[in-house]
Amino acid sequence: MKPRQKRFLYIVIAIAAVGIAVGLVLNALKDNVSLYFTPTQVYNKEAPEGRSFRIGGLVEEGSIKREADGLTVNFVITDLHKTLPVVYKGILPDLFKEGKGVVVQGKMEAGGLMRADEVLAKHDENYMPPEAADALKKAETAAAAANSSSAASPSSGTPGAQ
Amino acid sequence: MAINWFKYSAPTTFYGLAGKLIPWFAIPAAILFAVGLYIGFAVAPMDAQQGEFYRIIFIHVPASMLSMFLYMVMAGYAALGLIFNTRLSSMMASAVAPTGALFAFISLWTGALWGKPMWGAWWVWDARMTSELILLFLYLGFIALHASIDDPRRADRASALLAIVGSVNVPIIYFSVKWWNTLHQGSTIKFSGTSMHIAMQQAMFTMLAACWLYAIAVTLARVRSIILERERHTKWIAELAEVRS
Repeated sequence: MKPRQKRFLYIVIAIAAVGIAVGLVLNALKDNVSLYFTPTQVYNKEAPEGRSFRIGGLVEEGSIKREADGLTVNFVITDLHKTLPVVYKGILPDLFKEGKGVVVQGKMEAGGLMRADEVLAKHDENYMPPEAADALKKAETAAAAANSSSAASPSSGTPGAQ
Repeated sequence: MAINWFKYSAPTTFYGLAGKLIPWFAIPAAILFAVGLYIGFAVAPMDAQQGEFYRIIFIHVPASMLSMFLYMVMAGYAALGLIFNTRLSSMMASAVAPTGALFAFISLWTGALWGKPMWGAWWVWDARMTSELILLFLYLGFIALHASIDDPRRADRASALLAIVGSVNVPIIYFSVKWWNTLHQGSTIKFSGTSMHIAMQQAMFTMLAACWLYAIAVTLARVRSIILERERHTKWIAELAEVRS
C-alpha cells in the first residue's frame, strides 16, 4: 500500500471510530439531549420528579383561561394522547396560541399540575402568506365537515380540535 | 482538450488563477445580495404565523447552511492536505475557516434575534443550537490551533486532524431537529421539497447563492494572501509584478 492510501485509510477509520463513539454517547444521553418531555412521558413517569424540567406539546384548543389578575394563565398541554394542566404567571410570547406548539419549563405540583417558570412558543417550519393559510384552514374545515357528515362522528376531524 | 488539473494544485499557478477568478464570484455575489434582499423585503409576503419577523430567515438559513457546508469543505481540504501532502489544500482549509466561523456566528446571532420575539428566549440549550455553537468553537479551535504552531506544515497537520474529527458534528447539527425534541423547528428545505411560499423561496435561494459566491470570492482572496505569506522567500514571489513595485 502506498503511504497516501494508508493515510486515507487512517482518516476513514478515525472518522468511523469517532462517529460510532459519538453516536453511542448521544444515544445513551438521549433523554438529556432532548429539550423537553411529552405529556405521555410524564404520564408514564419517565420525567424527573421533584425537580424542574421542560414539557412540550400543543396548547389544547379552548383550554386557555386567564385569571382576574390578568397575568396568571391556566392552559392544558396535549400531545394528542395525554394532557397536562399548566399554570403560569408572566408574559407569554406572541406566538402562544391555542392549537400551537409550546415548550414549558416548571415543576410538577401535587395533583398533576405543572407550575411553569418559563413558557416558550414553538412554531413550525412552514411559511406562507396569511391568505394561503386561510385557504388551507378553510379547505381543512370543509374536509372535516365532509368527513364528519359521512362518518357521522364529529371527532374524526383535524387532530387537536377535540 | 483535457485540462491539467494538477497544474493548479501548485500555489505558483493557483495564485494567478485565483486572482483572475475573484471578480467572477464577487460581482455576481454583490448583485445577488441586492436582488435577494429586494425580493426578501419587498416582494415576499408576510408570514401567516410570524408576520414580518420571519424575514430574518433570508439571512439566517443561508448563513447556517453555509456554516455547515464550509465546514465540510474545510475538512475535505484538510484531509486532502493530509493524504496527498499538497500545500495548497492545507492553505485552502485555512482560508475557508474564518468565513465558516463568520457564517456560524451570523447563524447564532440572527437565531437569537429571531428567537426572542418568536419563542420568547434569546437562547435555549436545545440540540440544534448547542451543536451549532460547537461548530463555531470547532472553527475557532481550528484557527487557534493553526496559529499556535509556528511551523506551517506541522500546523496544517495538527489542525487538519481537528477539522476531520470535528466533521462528525455536521450531520448532528442537520439531523438534531429530527432525532431529538428541540425548540427549533424542523428543516424547511428538505430533500423531498420545501414547505415555503414561492416568493419566499426565491428570496432564500437567491440569498443562498449570493452567500456561496461571497464565500468563494473571499476564500480565494484569502488563499492568495496565505500563499504570499507562506512562500515569501521563494523566487517566484519576488518576481511578481505586485511584489516588485
